[in-house]
Amino acid sequence: MFDYETLKLIWWALVGVLLIGFALTDGFDLGVGALLRIVGKNDDERRVIINCVGPTWDGNQVWLILGAGAVFAAWPVVYAVSFSVLYPAMLAALFALFFRPTGFEYRSKLTSLQWRGFWDWALTAGGALPAIVFGAAFGLMLTGIPFHFDAEMRVVMDGGILDTLSPFAILAGLVSLAMLMMHGAAFLNVKTRAAVQTQARQALRFTAIAFIVLFALAGYWVIYHLQGYHVATIGNMNAGLAPTDKHVVMAVGAWMQNFYDMPWMWIAPAMGFVGALAAIVLPALPVTAFLATGISVTGVVLTAGFALFPFMLPSSSMADHSLTVWDSSSSEHSLWLMVIAAVIFVPLILAYTTWVYRVLRGPVLVEDVRRDEYGMY
Amino acid sequence: MDTLVEISRMQFAFTALVHFVFVPLTLGLSFLLVIMETVYVITGNEIYRSMTQFWGKLFGINFAMGVATGLTMEFQFGTNWAYYSHYVGDIFGVPLAIEGMMAFFLESTFVGLFFVGWKRLTKYQHLLVTFLVALGSNMSALWILIANGWMQNPVGAAFNAETMRMELTSFSDLLFNPVAQSKFVHTVSAGYVTGSVFVLAISAWYLLKGRHIEFAKRSFAIAAGFGLAGIASAIVLGDESGYTIGDVQKAKMAAIEAEWETQPAPASFTLIGLPDQDAMQTRYAIQVPYALGLIATRSIDKPVEGLKEIITHNEARIKDGIIAYGALQQMHKGQKDAATIGLLKAHEENLGYALLLRKYTPNVVDATDAQIHEAAMHSVPRVAPLFFTFRIMVATGFMLLLLFVLSAWAVYKNNFMDKPWLLKMAMWSLPLPWIAAELGWFVAEYGRQPWTISGILPTWLSTSSLTAGSVTASFIAFVLFYSALSIAEMYLMIKYARKGPALLNAH
Repeated sequence: MFDYETLKLIWWALVGVLLIGFALTDGFDLGVGALLRIVGKNDDERRVIINCVGPTWDGNQVWLILGAGAVFAAWPVVYAVSFSVLYPAMLAALFALFFRPTGFEYRSKLTSLQWRGFWDWALTAGGALPAIVFGAAFGLMLTGIPFHFDAEMRVVMDGGILDTLSPFAILAGLVSLAMLMMHGAAFLNVKTRAAVQTQARQALRFTAIAFIVLFALAGYWVIYHLQGYHVATIGNMNAGLAPTDKHVVMAVGAWMQNFYDMPWMWIAPAMGFVGALAAIVLPALPVTAFLATGISVTGVVLTAGFALFPFMLPSSSMADHSLTVWDSSSSEHSLWLMVIAAVIFVPLILAYTTWVYRVLRGPVLVEDVRRDEYGMY
Repeated sequence: MDTLVEISRMQFAFTALVHFVFVPLTLGLSFLLVIMETVYVITGNEIYRSMTQFWGKLFGINFAMGVATGLTMEFQFGTNWAYYSHYVGDIFGVPLAIEGMMAFFLESTFVGLFFVGWKRLTKYQHLLVTFLVALGSNMSALWILIANGWMQNPVGAAFNAETMRMELTSFSDLLFNPVAQSKFVHTVSAGYVTGSVFVLAISAWYLLKGRHIEFAKRSFAIAAGFGLAGIASAIVLGDESGYTIGDVQKAKMAAIEAEWETQPAPASFTLIGLPDQDAMQTRYAIQVPYALGLIATRSIDKPVEGLKEIITHNEARIKDGIIAYGALQQMHKGQKDAATIGLLKAHEENLGYALLLRKYTPNVVDATDAQIHEAAMHSVPRVAPLFFTFRIMVATGFMLLLLFVLSAWAVYKNNFMDKPWLLKMAMWSLPLPWIAAELGWFVAEYGRQPWTISGILPTWLSTSSLTAGSVTASFIAFVLFYSALSIAEMYLMIKYARKGPALLNAH
C-alpha cells in the first residue's frame, strides 16, 4: 500500500503526534507542577491544584513513555544517540520525574507540614526540570550535537558532556518552561474557582508574555545566527540506508529553508504566537483560553519539527553522520507492524481518555479537599 | 572499557531488581482487588468494598514506585546501552512500543479513576475500571516478557549488513516465542503469589492482634485461594521448560544444574554441591538419579548437553563466525560482490560468536587460537552463582506452596482462626515471594551471560560510549534516590498497614 519512503514519513508524523500528545496533556501536568508553589499559597490551595491533575497525570505521562518507545522502535539509532550523548541531562530529567508519581501519591498521605513542604518542592522540580530538559533537547536538535559513528556503527562522542550545553539550548529550555507553565496555568484556570483561579489567571498572563518574548527571541536566533543543516546528496530514500552515507552542508539560516520552500508552514509559528496572545486576552473564558494555549503548544512543536525536517538529530562534529528521517528508521517490516498497531490502539486510547476526563469534569474546590480527606490526593 | 561494562551492568541490575520489588505486587494485588470488588458487586456486602478500598490504598503506595522505577528501565536502554538499542531496536523496540499503546496506557489512565471514582461511577463502572487496571498491568508484563524472551531466545530476526543491525523478519515468531510464553506465565504467577502473600501476611497480623477480625478473615480467605492457584502455576509451569529451547538457554540450564559433562540419558540431578569453575567439576555433590533428564527433557532418552561440550561447540562457532566477520569488513571497505555477500550469508548465524572475540582483541579476523579458546571458555555463564540462587528460589517456592496448601485447607475447614501458628507462619512469610522473584530474575539474566542477546550480541559490546566515571556517578545517584524513595514508601506502607481499614472512616 505504502512504499518504504512513505512509511518513514508516516512515522515522522506519528512521532510528531505522540510528542504533541505529550506536550498537550502531560505538558500541563508539568506546568502545574512548576506552578504549584506559586499559584498555591497555602496547603488547601496546593491540594486543590494537586487534585486537578492527580487522577489523570499518570495516563498523560504515558504519551512521553510511548513517545520514547516509538522513537526506540521506529528510529532506534536516534534513540541510542540522543539518550546516550545527552546522558547527564536525560538522567537529570529522569530523577526529577521520579518525584511525580511519588509526590502526587505520597504528599497528602501524612499531615506533617514538613513532609508536605518537601513534596511541594519535589513536585515543583518534577515539573520544571523535565520541562527545561525536553525543551533544551529540542534546542540541541537545532544546534546539532557532537557525535559520529565508527565502522561498527558505534556512537562516538566528540567532546565532553559540557560541550552539549549551548546558550541556544538553554534558551530553548526556557521557551519550553514558559510554554508549559502557561498551558498549566490555563488548565488550572479551567479546573479551579475563587482565589486559586485568580492566582492562576495572573500566572497565565505573566507566563504567556514571557513565552511570547522567549519564542520570538529563539526565532530571531534561528533566522540570523544559528547554523542550520541541509542535505546535499543522499542515497535511495526508498531503501534501508545507514546514516553515514550522505552529504550534509551547514549554513546560517538553513533551518528556514523549508519555510521559504513551503510557505504554508508559517502557520506553525503563527499558531504559537496567536494562541498565547489569545490566552492573555481571554482568561475570563477559561475553556477558550485553554484551547488557545493548546494551539500555541501544538504550533511550537510543529515549528521545531518543520524547521528540522528531514533531520532528526544533526551532528555538529561530522555533519554527514547526522540522523535524518530517511536513514535512521527501522526496517520496512517493523514500521508497517507498528502503523497497524497505532491505527488500532491510538483511537482507543483517545476514546477512553476522553471518557475518563468526562467522568472527572467539573472544578476542584477547597471545600472538596477539606471534606474528603480519604478520597483525594 | 571493562570497567564501563561492569558498572553499566551493575546499574542495570540494581535498577531492574528495585523495579521488580514493586512490579509483582502490582500484578497480583490488582487482580485481588478485582476479586474483592466482584464479590462486593455481586453480594452488595459493604465489607468487600472496604477491602477493595483499603488494599487499594496500599496498592497505590506501591504502584507509584513501580511507575517511577519503570521509567528508568525504558530510559536506560538508550542512555547506557546505546549500541544494544541500535543493534536490536528494530525488533526489541516493537514489543515495547506496543506495550505502551496496548497496556501501559490502559493501566495508567484508569488507575486514577480507581482511587477517586468511587462516587462518580456506578458499581459496575468502577468494577470495570479496576478490571482494566489489572488487565493493563498484566498485559504490560506480557509485552515486556516478549521483549525479554527474545533476548533469551532471539527468533524471527536476521542481520542486515547495510544498516549494520538485526532486523525483524517474523512478528509471529517474536510473539509466539515459546521462551516468552513460559516466562510470562511464570512471572505473572509469581506476581499473584506476591500479592497473595502480602494480603495473607497483613491479615494474619490483624487476626493475631485481634483487630478488624471480619475484614481480615475475608481477606485471608481470598488471598489463600488465589495464592494457592498462583504458586501451583508458578511451580508446575515454571519456566524451566523454556530452557530446552535455544543454545544459550541450554547453557544456562547446564550451569544451573552444574552439568559439566554430558551424561548418558536420563541425566541425574545434582541436589546440592560445591561447583568449581576452574576445575569444571562439582565437589561434594549429592545426586538424584534420572531426575535432571526427566525435568529438563520431559523424557528418559534425550541427553542433556554438558558445559564442556557446549564450550567445544562454541569454539567451533567462533571460528566459523570469524569468516562472516571478515566478509562484513570487506563489504564495509566497498567490496560488495556476490561472493563476499554469499560468504557472509553462509556464516551469518555465527557472526555473534565472532563478536565475543572483541573483548579479547580489537582485530577479530586475526585472533589467535589462545584468544579464541579464552572467548569460548567465557561463552558460558559462571556456575556457582546460578547453582545456588536457583536452589534458593526453588526452596522458597516450595515453602510458599506449603504455606498456601495449609492456609487454603484451613480456610476450607474454616479453622484458621484457631491456628495461631499458621497465622504466624503467614506473617513471617512476607519476604519470601520477593526473595524468589529477585533470584528468579538473577538466574534469568545472569544465566544469559556473556550475551545481552543470546548468540547475537555480547554484553561487552552493548554499552554506550560513556566514561566509567559518569556511569559511576549516575549509579551512586540511583542508589541514593532509590533508597530515599523506598524508605518513604516503606514508611507509608507500614503506617497505613498499621492503621488498617479504620483509616477509611477517618475524615
